[in-house]
Amino acid sequence: MKHVLGDKRAIAILLGPALLVYTLVMLVPVIWSLGYTVFEGNAITGFTFVGFDNFVRAAGDPKVWDAVLFTIKYAVVVTVGQVFMGYLMSLLYVFVLKRSSGIIRTLVFFPVVLPTVAVALLFQKMFEVAPTTGIVNTVINAFGGDSVDWFGSGANAFLIIAIMDIWRSIGFYGVLLYAGIVEIPEDTLESARLDGATGWSLVLHIVIPLSLPVLLSAIIFSVNGTLKVFDSIIALTNGGPGNSTSPLTLYMFQTSFSYGEYGYGSTIALLLTIICLIVTVFIFRSSRRDLTKA
Amino acid sequence: MTSTTVSAPGAVKAPERRPRPSAGARRLRRFLVKLPLNIVVALILVITIYPLFWLVISSFKTNDEFINGDAFALPSTINWQNYVEAWTTGNMGQYLTNSALAVFPALALIIVFGTAAGFALEVMVWKGRNAVLLAFLVGIMVPGQMILLPLFTVYFQTGLSGTLWPLIITYTAIGLPLTVFMMATFFRAIPREVFEASTLDGASIIRSFFVIGFPMVRNGIFTIALVQFFFIWNDLLIALTFTNSSDLRTIQVGLLNFTGEFGATQYGPLFAAICINVFGTLVLYLVLNQRVMKGLTAGAVKG
Repeated sequence: MKHVLGDKRAIAILLGPALLVYTLVMLVPVIWSLGYTVFEGNAITGFTFVGFDNFVRAAGDPKVWDAVLFTIKYAVVVTVGQVFMGYLMSLLYVFVLKRSSGIIRTLVFFPVVLPTVAVALLFQKMFEVAPTTGIVNTVINAFGGDSVDWFGSGANAFLIIAIMDIWRSIGFYGVLLYAGIVEIPEDTLESARLDGATGWSLVLHIVIPLSLPVLLSAIIFSVNGTLKVFDSIIALTNGGPGNSTSPLTLYMFQTSFSYGEYGYGSTIALLLTIICLIVTVFIFRSSRRDLTKA
Repeated sequence: MTSTTVSAPGAVKAPERRPRPSAGARRLRRFLVKLPLNIVVALILVITIYPLFWLVISSFKTNDEFINGDAFALPSTINWQNYVEAWTTGNMGQYLTNSALAVFPALALIIVFGTAAGFALEVMVWKGRNAVLLAFLVGIMVPGQMILLPLFTVYFQTGLSGTLWPLIITYTAIGLPLTVFMMATFFRAIPREVFEASTLDGASIIRSFFVIGFPMVRNGIFTIALVQFFFIWNDLLIALTFTNSSDLRTIQVGLLNFTGEFGATQYGPLFAAICINVFGTLVLYLVLNQRVMKGLTAGAVKG
């Protein structure tokens, strides 16, 4: 029977198209992009070999370091926010709302499916200060405060981006983590309760350790997504004011397409890829160690 | 929020230890105990839902109501004029068509190629299939920025820029890793004997893939199609890079440029355009929410 499932021609026909498209459009461009890092120029003007100049330039470019810092700051704040809020939501679903949580889960999830551009423009209008007063500033005014120019300073703009991206994904992480917590056997929880664990101590000593695998995949997924943040920022602040909210993805996009510097753009893209890789491996490693200890 | 999570389970048990209060008092007590929880839940729902409600009511307001009215006020009339303007003058109709023309062909290719590859990697027996599966997995990690520039060069030199083909091709490639991986998982649940038995009757393995394999995983295919639809439909990076003329803009790129082309003070049409943009995914979610939730979170765990 082996020969039927080992039919080389059939394998080629079934796997061929996918492998071909994937290789030509994903794998080859990745290698090609690596090659670009030692060139300067673009598709229209042509390329000249410059050796490692791009790397030297990147190391001394304050904009690159600002972008790296912003990317990391954003990834840390938003990942912590998303996963923490999502975890609180999932605890609420499992232990407080119990069976009636279905409808709440469904409602809280639905910002997840909305296009980022739409959400960003909506938030822009909600936090607007002039010419019309958005709902947030209207509320502040109602309590007697002065309107805040939310997009006027880098710190405020960062706050709005973080709020928006956490708002969008609480429902997602709520459901993701819910699936992990709900699988904890009721017996385990019951015996912990009999031993006197209630409330936070139950969560801290039983629920969190037992839902660690799903918590870990939530963190990895979140870090991976937030390091690559692009849509929310380009639509909400476009990196401004100045370059104060410009992550690596946006800086790469601007150098490549506004200034036509493909070599330098590729170098920045490579830097981003390396950061993604290091962080993922680091989280994975450190959690492995903790698991074996416990 | 945190305190309610803690107090609620204990609070339910509390009445047993006390002398029995009257029925009315008990009901009041239960109401008061549940009150903080209800407030928390209501607050969560307001924070989630109100921005969208505000979006919809704002799309019906006139410009005068925006400038002079209160942000929370309801529109005085249901005014469809904003939608007409967004659709025609704002070109949202054209952008929607472009999105559909780019997304659905890509989706079809992702499903057919991805399912076939998943079958070949999971059901078929051959050397090196794990390595190939791993190669596909790497693709989930790679940031889009890493492939943009070479692809831009190639599309430019082959003359594909100026059509929707760059979008279709790139979406197909980007969608494949997750699809192949998830399809392999779905096929893992089907015993190989099913396919072996079908080939006993003389059907080729390719035939049994189409006649038996494909229908058996149709639930999985549907879920993946949904997940990929959301990813591709909501994409901005690829669409922004490869649409060099305004006739080719997808709905996301069109919306991003909406204020720039229409003037910053045209609030009504902008809100209407956002509503048009949101409408498709929202309806899909209202109809298929359980499946969408399951699919999107499963994609995350696998990835």
